[in-house]
Amino acid sequence: MYLTPEQQAILDGSKGETMAKVMKTLVMYGETFGAGKLVPVTSEYNHLVTSFGLKMMGPVFDLMQQLIDAGAISQQKFSVDPRPVDKNVPSNFIMNIVFNMFMYSKQEDYEKQLAALGLMNEDAFSCACYLDQMGNKPKKGDILSWAESSAVVYANSVLGARCNRNSGIMDIMGSIAGCVPHFGLLTDEGRKATWIVKVQCKKKPEAQLLGSAIGMKVMEDVPFITGMNEWLGTELNDDNCAYLKDFGAATASNGAVGLYHIENLTPEAKEQGAGLIAEGAKVYVIDDAELERVKNNYPVVWKDKDATPKLCFIGCPHMSMQQLKDWTVRVEEGLKASGKTKVVIPTVFTTAPAVKKEFEKTEYAARLKATGVVLSYICPLMYMNNPLAGKMPVITCSNKLRTYTTARYYTEEEILVQITKGGK
Amino acid sequence: MREFKGRVIAPGTVTAPALVSHGGLNTLASFQKALQFGDKKATCGDQNNPDLYGKEMLGKALCLPQTIGSTTGGLVLYCACAMERQPACMLFSKPIDSLAAAGSILASVWLDGVSMPVVDSLGDEFLNYVKEGMTITVSENGTVTVN
Repeated sequence: MYLTPEQQAILDGSKGETMAKVMKTLVMYGETFGAGKLVPVTSEYNHLVTSFGLKMMGPVFDLMQQLIDAGAISQQKFSVDPRPVDKNVPSNFIMNIVFNMFMYSKQEDYEKQLAALGLMNEDAFSCACYLDQMGNKPKKGDILSWAESSAVVYANSVLGARCNRNSGIMDIMGSIAGCVPHFGLLTDEGRKATWIVKVQCKKKPEAQLLGSAIGMKVMEDVPFITGMNEWLGTELNDDNCAYLKDFGAATASNGAVGLYHIENLTPEAKEQGAGLIAEGAKVYVIDDAELERVKNNYPVVWKDKDATPKLCFIGCPHMSMQQLKDWTVRVEEGLKASGKTKVVIPTVFTTAPAVKKEFEKTEYAARLKATGVVLSYICPLMYMNNPLAGKMPVITCSNKLRTYTTARYYTEEEILVQITKGGK
Repeated sequence: MREFKGRVIAPGTVTAPALVSHGGLNTLASFQKALQFGDKKATCGDQNNPDLYGKEMLGKALCLPQTIGSTTGGLVLYCACAMERQPACMLFSKPIDSLAAAGSILASVWLDGVSMPVVDSLGDEFLNYVKEGMTITVSENGTVTVN
């Protein structure tokens, strides 16, 4: 790999042993994937995937401290994934002990490390850092050193930024050095589509289900998706961005997609059209029957498959402002139709702290509270990732949450019926 | 006995019994319980991986196509190495993915005295041939011998 004289000097120890190790990490990472050079990170802010003070991550905290002690801090301020605990989210006595005394006992200490390393502010905790209220939205063409899979796929696809599907810790290494290896989704060639996905549904496909089907089929490849303009039009408005947020998260978690193009909608597809499709691209046709087949094949890992749900999570990834308003209305209408006043399953909507603050200034906040729905900034995935919560029958319309936990997936309409009318 | 030649990601030599995953290894799901609850044998906790679920990964030659799942995967692998609960080596039939590469590189650069040779691109035939319990020897040059 070619290194500039300054990069070579850092690798040789001109800025100390710790910075030399940071550079060595990036060089080895790049050489593994055939990168020819390191390129500057150009986004204003970074985003880290590791937000949780999980006790098992002691070695990560030691590494972070080593960086801090050596003055090897991020050259960019950064946001980070959501906090794992919120006292407002329903939990029992034992769960509270497990969460606070055992699993996330290092949370406070870790947040101090994040502050020392360059955290944007005390509210900079969300997987959807690119939402307007969060203030970390990269520009088209920006080079990023991010790792959160749902944020990477959104930044690449919807915003036209350039970022590989990095691992946690590797994200901050790039931010400290100010450069990342040039390979994969940073290159024009790596952004070409090797799949053509033809959507031939008779109704607008559920975002999380369509993303799941595509992710499981193409895995880490880049799909070029046609047939969506009938449902989404050709403009990236708030509704479409929310749809693509949920769609992308499903492609990234059910497969390993880091970039997708949607014909006439996403920035590079609008500019380059079919020129984005690589020679010999494979074809995948999706219709309503295919989506039904995918959904019916999800394993149900509840011990009692007929259990009554005890909790419902909506908002993985975090909900946008418009989604919060729309869901408030949907829940109200559902309750009115069923003659009830409160949701019949404890339900938590999750969103970014900055969105939550803005939402709470609107009339919708009191209306949502009146339905019994809890609004939280928590990461539902981190809440579910323990043996106690893992045994609970939890339902969700997030395909990411379904994939990584024991939560059971239902479509948005099915979820709405369950929380407003009841049923299993 | 058969030999397979791959690319060295993290150098080293080792001999260990094989443990084989034909599907992708979900690093977070596989290691989380072991790291969180003090299981020194690193018993695989991924219920969605029938090849590995409930089996001890510590000290085994872990043979797999790629890793999958959360992008915390690299740091989980790094933690497993730091806590000395890592496999004896990781042998990939396909080119290594970015998450496993990050984990093995971070361990190699930032941890002293931790050895986990990693070899990739061994080919589909490697994964078809190797069976659980076979003896694997990894050489410095990326040659993998299966007995």
